[in-house]
Amino acid sequence: MTIAIKPTQSGEPLFYLADEHPHPEGWSTSLGFWIYLMSDCLIFAILFATYGVLSGNYAAGPAPKDLFDLSLVAVNTTMLLLSSITYGFAMLTMQQNKIGQTQLWLAITGLFGLAFIGIELTEFAHMIHEGATPQRSAFLSSFFTLVATHGLHVTFGLVWLVTLMTQVARFGLIEANRRRLMCLSMFWHFLDVVWIGVFTFVYLMGMLR
Amino acid sequence: MSPDLLKLIFGRLGIESLPLHEPIVVGTFVVVALGGITLLAGLTYFRLWGYLWREWFTTVDHKRIGIMYMILGIVMLLRGFADALMMRGQQALAFGGSEGYLNAHHYDQVFTAHGVIMIFFVAMPLVTGLMNYVVPLQIGARDVSFPFLNNFSFWMTVGGAVLVMASLFIGEFARTGWLAYPPLSNIGYSPDVGVDYYIWALQVAGVGTTLSGINLICTIVKLRCPGMTMMKMPVFTWTSLCTNVLIVASFPVLTVVLALLSLDRYVGTNFFTNDFGGSPMMYVNLIWIWGHPEVYILVLPAFGIFSEVTSTFSGKRLFGYTSMVYATVVITILSYLVWLHHFFTMGSGASVNSFFGITSMIISIPTGAKMFNWLFTMYRGRVRFELPMMWTIAFMLTFVIGGMTGVLLAVPPADFVLHNSLFLIAHFHNVIIGGVVFGAFAGVSYWFPKAFGFRLDPFWGKLSFWFWVTGFYVAFMPLYVLGLMGVTRRLRVFDDQSLQIWFIIAAIGAVLVLLGIMCMLMQFAVSFLKREQLKDVTGDPWDARTLEWATSSPPAGLQLRLHSRRSRQ
Repeated sequence: MTIAIKPTQSGEPLFYLADEHPHPEGWSTSLGFWIYLMSDCLIFAILFATYGVLSGNYAAGPAPKDLFDLSLVAVNTTMLLLSSITYGFAMLTMQQNKIGQTQLWLAITGLFGLAFIGIELTEFAHMIHEGATPQRSAFLSSFFTLVATHGLHVTFGLVWLVTLMTQVARFGLIEANRRRLMCLSMFWHFLDVVWIGVFTFVYLMGMLR
Repeated sequence: MSPDLLKLIFGRLGIESLPLHEPIVVGTFVVVALGGITLLAGLTYFRLWGYLWREWFTTVDHKRIGIMYMILGIVMLLRGFADALMMRGQQALAFGGSEGYLNAHHYDQVFTAHGVIMIFFVAMPLVTGLMNYVVPLQIGARDVSFPFLNNFSFWMTVGGAVLVMASLFIGEFARTGWLAYPPLSNIGYSPDVGVDYYIWALQVAGVGTTLSGINLICTIVKLRCPGMTMMKMPVFTWTSLCTNVLIVASFPVLTVVLALLSLDRYVGTNFFTNDFGGSPMMYVNLIWIWGHPEVYILVLPAFGIFSEVTSTFSGKRLFGYTSMVYATVVITILSYLVWLHHFFTMGSGASVNSFFGITSMIISIPTGAKMFNWLFTMYRGRVRFELPMMWTIAFMLTFVIGGMTGVLLAVPPADFVLHNSLFLIAHFHNVIIGGVVFGAFAGVSYWFPKAFGFRLDPFWGKLSFWFWVTGFYVAFMPLYVLGLMGVTRRLRVFDDQSLQIWFIIAAIGAVLVLLGIMCMLMQFAVSFLKREQLKDVTGDPWDARTLEWATSSPPAGLQLRLHSRRSRQ
């Protein structure tokens, strides 16, 4: 790097870098966010592995067949998958610089996400009401932890979504907001992929046990 | 105030949480408090608060953050080493009916805190600090990819360290050993706050480490200067890249396993309980899936430092650069395939144990390749025995011994005899002190002139070196002997009087290391006072070749008030 020295009026030299940094702002953000997502993926991987190890340990308590309502889970899965599609629409309209439509699709995404969380909480409440609490058996501990960690991620995604909608409303689709929406997009689709794992591995396979 | 409100605010915290019944802790507290008050008063008197806050605590400059990591590591080294001295003293005294001077409650906290501090708050900050400081300079980047995040990561690490330190005076620390295996760490056997301190300290610091890992990977991948292809990167940058890949690929495991332990403790779930289908053995597996890569996280950057130092002080380019890079990558991958060797005795069966025994032995091949590369770099070189080179040679001798005992332990039948014995303790201190600590010291003395513009005083440095190296051997070779005789780790009192002499020798070794640490602090003080004499105006006092030596010492941005905040968001 070259250092240039410019004399100032006070006589004290002012140092500055003559060659400005070649990388634009946000140059590393996509990669950084990807790597973050992969570390998050590892968190889920370990929770899946834990579930894999403990999912047969009912401790004479309820088993998946006694607890899971596949039709409810199917509706729930649909909610989340639809929210991913609508987020995709939001990104498409963002590319076309249509603020209003982008916001509309983001809002619809948020509603689907909210519906997902709502249904999941209903399911949890129902299970807990029946005595299938996280404390009941190792199977239930690992079930609740895996599914709730996903739900917690979706909840944070919703908070993030509202934050970004506020940002877009205030500052428009500026470069920084586009980058942030892109990151949330990756996050949202990532949660979708994880949920497909949960749906298959926990619910469908659970019913087969 | 109503008792309910008090309970809400203070929870289990009460006057009985203060360890007033432990004279050693009270004495320590008085000394620490006096020192702290003096420090704070000094800062106030010299009006340094504003300077510290603006120029250091809130800085986004990777160089300053790197230096702050190093300071954290050295400060915590003093605490962790104090614990070591206490253990050595206790074990040297507690013979023939003597209880020593530490009760079981205190002693168990001491060995737990020693392990946690040395790994998480000494080795990790030293390694992260060096990577933070050096990597951007070596690749010609102005800073890391996410400078603000870098500052955040640092303070998360400090937060963890502060929690561990606070546990000394408020409440207590875990009494479980440094990995807090359940069921001992579960609420039934550890109902007090010690394990909570442990969990929170590691969670907070672990998040900081993960974020710092992401940051440095991005920096290395995205911010290299034009022309620096991957295979032209300095070896230290390569090892840093691999280390940070390991960090991102292993610390989330620690996060999860500690979260599950928290759920067991706070919510009453059954992950690691003995009943209701829980499996304590799963904890051991999960924590070592993080734990084994962790030791390579620590040692890989040290390997990078030794590569830079060997090449510079032999006046030759590094022998076998490409094989060095591949060896690093192979170690990175293999480090994920060996975790079970930490618990061969758990009973996974002969075939599983064989698999992990063989992978553990294989890992010595790339490591051995590195050793030969360093030797061939020195071969026919004009070797200059400056301080960084001395640490490197001490490393090469010491690490080979540690490596051989490691291969020995990797043989499952041998491990059944040596498991949890002092032989194991000697082995991992042999590789961590001989590898990571010597590496960090080589790195400090090598890059110090770059960071501050003057060299470290060689006299006190060499004195420190000799005390450290001889101290290490005197302290840990007896532990190999004791381990072979079957003495297990973490014991507080002994019956067999014939063992005492070995513990006394080990305690003498610890005192020698203490002298080494004191000489090192003296070295910093003396060098600061003699900074005009030791000044380096060339920017390259060692005649080195990597990019960080092509700029001024210290590099721009440290002493120059560059208007750089504007562009770093």
